Amino acid sequence: MLDVAIPIASELEAARSQMAFTLGFHIILASLGVGFPLVMLIANYRGLRHNDPVALLLARRWSKVVAITFAVGAVTGTVLSFEFGLLWPEFTGQFGDVFGVLFAIEGIFFFLEAIFVAIYIFGWERLSPWKHFWSGVPIAICGIGGAFSVVAVNSWMNQPQGFTLKGGEVTDVEPLKVIFNPAVPYEVPHMILAAYLVTGFLVASVYAVGMLRGRRDRYHRLGLLIPLTLAVIVTPIQFAVGDTAARSIANDQPIKFAAMECVQETSTDVTEYIYGRCTSDGVKGGIGIPGFDSFLVGWSTSTEVTGLDTVPPDDRPPANTMLHWAFDTMVGICSVLILLGLWLGISWWRKREIPGSRWFLRAVAISGIASVVALECGWIVTEVGRQPWVVYEIMRTEDAVTGASGIWVTFAIVFALYTLLGAATVITLRTLARRWREADGDDEADVPYGPSGEAPPALGGAS
Amino acid sequence: MSTADAVAGVLWVGVTFYTVFGGADFGGGFWSLAAGRGERAHRVRELIDWAIGPVWEANHVWLIFVLVVLWTGFSEAFASIFSTLFIPLSLAALGIVLRGSGFAFQRTARTQTARNAAERLFGLSSLLTPFFMGTVVGAIASGRVPVGNAKGDAVTSWLNGVSILIGLLFVATCAYIAAVFLVSDARRARAADLERYFRDRALGAALVAGALAVAGILVLKGDAEYVYDRLTHEGLPLVIVSGLCGLGALVLLARGAPRGARPLAVGAVVAVVWGWGVAQFPYLLPETLRIDQAAAPDATLTGVLIVFGAAVVLVIPAIVLLFSLAQRSMIEETGAPEPR
Repeated sequence: MLDVAIPIASELEAARSQMAFTLGFHIILASLGVGFPLVMLIANYRGLRHNDPVALLLARRWSKVVAITFAVGAVTGTVLSFEFGLLWPEFTGQFGDVFGVLFAIEGIFFFLEAIFVAIYIFGWERLSPWKHFWSGVPIAICGIGGAFSVVAVNSWMNQPQGFTLKGGEVTDVEPLKVIFNPAVPYEVPHMILAAYLVTGFLVASVYAVGMLRGRRDRYHRLGLLIPLTLAVIVTPIQFAVGDTAARSIANDQPIKFAAMECVQETSTDVTEYIYGRCTSDGVKGGIGIPGFDSFLVGWSTSTEVTGLDTVPPDDRPPANTMLHWAFDTMVGICSVLILLGLWLGISWWRKREIPGSRWFLRAVAISGIASVVALECGWIVTEVGRQPWVVYEIMRTEDAVTGASGIWVTFAIVFALYTLLGAATVITLRTLARRWREADGDDEADVPYGPSGEAPPALGGAS
Repeated sequence: MSTADAVAGVLWVGVTFYTVFGGADFGGGFWSLAAGRGERAHRVRELIDWAIGPVWEANHVWLIFVLVVLWTGFSEAFASIFSTLFIPLSLAALGIVLRGSGFAFQRTARTQTARNAAERLFGLSSLLTPFFMGTVVGAIASGRVPVGNAKGDAVTSWLNGVSILIGLLFVATCAYIAAVFLVSDARRARAADLERYFRDRALGAALVAGALAVAGILVLKGDAEYVYDRLTHEGLPLVIVSGLCGLGALVLLARGAPRGARPLAVGAVVAVVWGWGVAQFPYLLPETLRIDQAAAPDATLTGVLIVFGAAVVLVIPAIVLLFSLAQRSMIEETGAPEPR
């Protein structure tokens, strides 16, 4: 029995690792796919409206970065659609007919986004400036639509509804109830804002590094300000949406919330712990704020918070400490980024200038990585917090996994390939940046989706 | 016709588009790999790169379309196929990752080494993906995918005569379509030498693909009786249409006719794809899972059809816009080099 049980368990671990890794990789590219087109269009709009050639140059170069990250994101996204079958056939086999329509809708948005990325890159030379600007707008809209569709599936996995199960078979589906499930109102905006936030800080951080290296021209200042402005506007909104999400989870998925906050026993006046190690006897270490957790959930220290002890150990999320740390890190980074925004806001309000301190530029330079860390932490909270369920309280992850073996092998290959893919992406973007600095040609044909270069010249008959 | 049959039809439309456009793309990779080294090989790759252009993504979106329609409309079939055929589908996905990476970085790469690497990835993927997709089709058609989570044999389900033959047929078919397309592209670029180059290769690939198709049908006879029977009865008109189109394309290519070979070649491939569909009907997994058994609840099927309708209305105008821009720019930019 044992020798049978161990391989199955390890295939599950491999499948979970591969899914977590590929999703964690894709979510960065997907966020750029949603957020970057907006940043690019803001620069484009500014360039046309104020006749600003520097803004137009930024928009033009950013459109190439959009093309590259979109092409890489298309690859990692395709892998995910394979994984629905390769890793989780029981999940997709049973519930594909429930959530699948959302992916069909996402497919349309993705297709349109790809087409308009190509049109936009084509259009720099071939469309009138405003027509060209408008050809880029569908990219940003499709990004939002695609994010809605995909995240709505994840929301549905957390708050499944809109279907009837009879003897393990889905017999009836109400697509609108599936699409507009109760987690959509907080999960979808939280993810879309995260995409803008990550893009904003990540792009700004590139120009902050440039400025720290002494390139303090208007090109770099604008390259920093456009994305950073978007990001600092989004950050406090994101904080409020995230807070609402956490409170909704306390209500909709109390065990997930209990794991996020390491609440072992149901009670009132629950202490909020910042970090610390989660054990069955409560939190060890960490900074405790008495009553604050109850207050955050229901605006009063007398609010009762459900504890992990209300369900058997098998129904609790694994890796409790990691989950708690991921949650705290996400909230912590978002809070610090709000302060960074205040710094910029005060400086701008007083002297219409970005803060002169090098520490500000250093902070912006770090904010890019920090926002990605927050993004990954948020994803861990959502995904690990839902465990041991793939469909909350309906299907366990261990019942969803494939019966095929050899997933450790595919995970190893995927890991190696994605490492190369990530490295190639970074190298490519750095090469582009260097080429731009050296003003070594700005050929539009040198990115994916760009127009084809020259056809091979005609030759004589001999060859 | 039931709603489930209509969704199966939509699925087949996706399969058809993927076979033709995705196939042409992978075929481009095949010829890129087969071109070898030297001055002419360089020109060959230049033509391929120029011809595939920015529409690559559109070619491969069809695959995602097929996967999503399959798991939404017929989730049980999807789960059975993907779990039993874990190995070949993983390898096909590997090819897609390589192809996509090549596409993303090929044009940005200016050093020759990087370009060569991107091109080699493209070539390798063009062997991996069509071959293993072909073995998957062979496994399904020959009834080696039972219903359930990894219920079929992980290896022999796709490592058998029918599967290997169909895998090879897929590679040859991709090469064939691509070569026929590239003949026209070479003519548009007025590169007479490349036009001849690809005409010879299109003829060669046509003969190989035709021979493999005939051999495939013969192997099916012994191994996949249900599909063979229907292919030689209900599907016979489509088999004949495919044969006639293929022969017609051969004749036109051999004569160097300026038009007609392309639609005929596409017709030959499309007829085979639909012939396969007719041969399997009403089964998704021959003799174990029928379309109506695997079908999702009605609301879902209707949803798929509505989304498909929306896709037709939204995506087609956008594609037309892109293609017309691309065509216009080709006319403007490439000018017309003097034919010599």
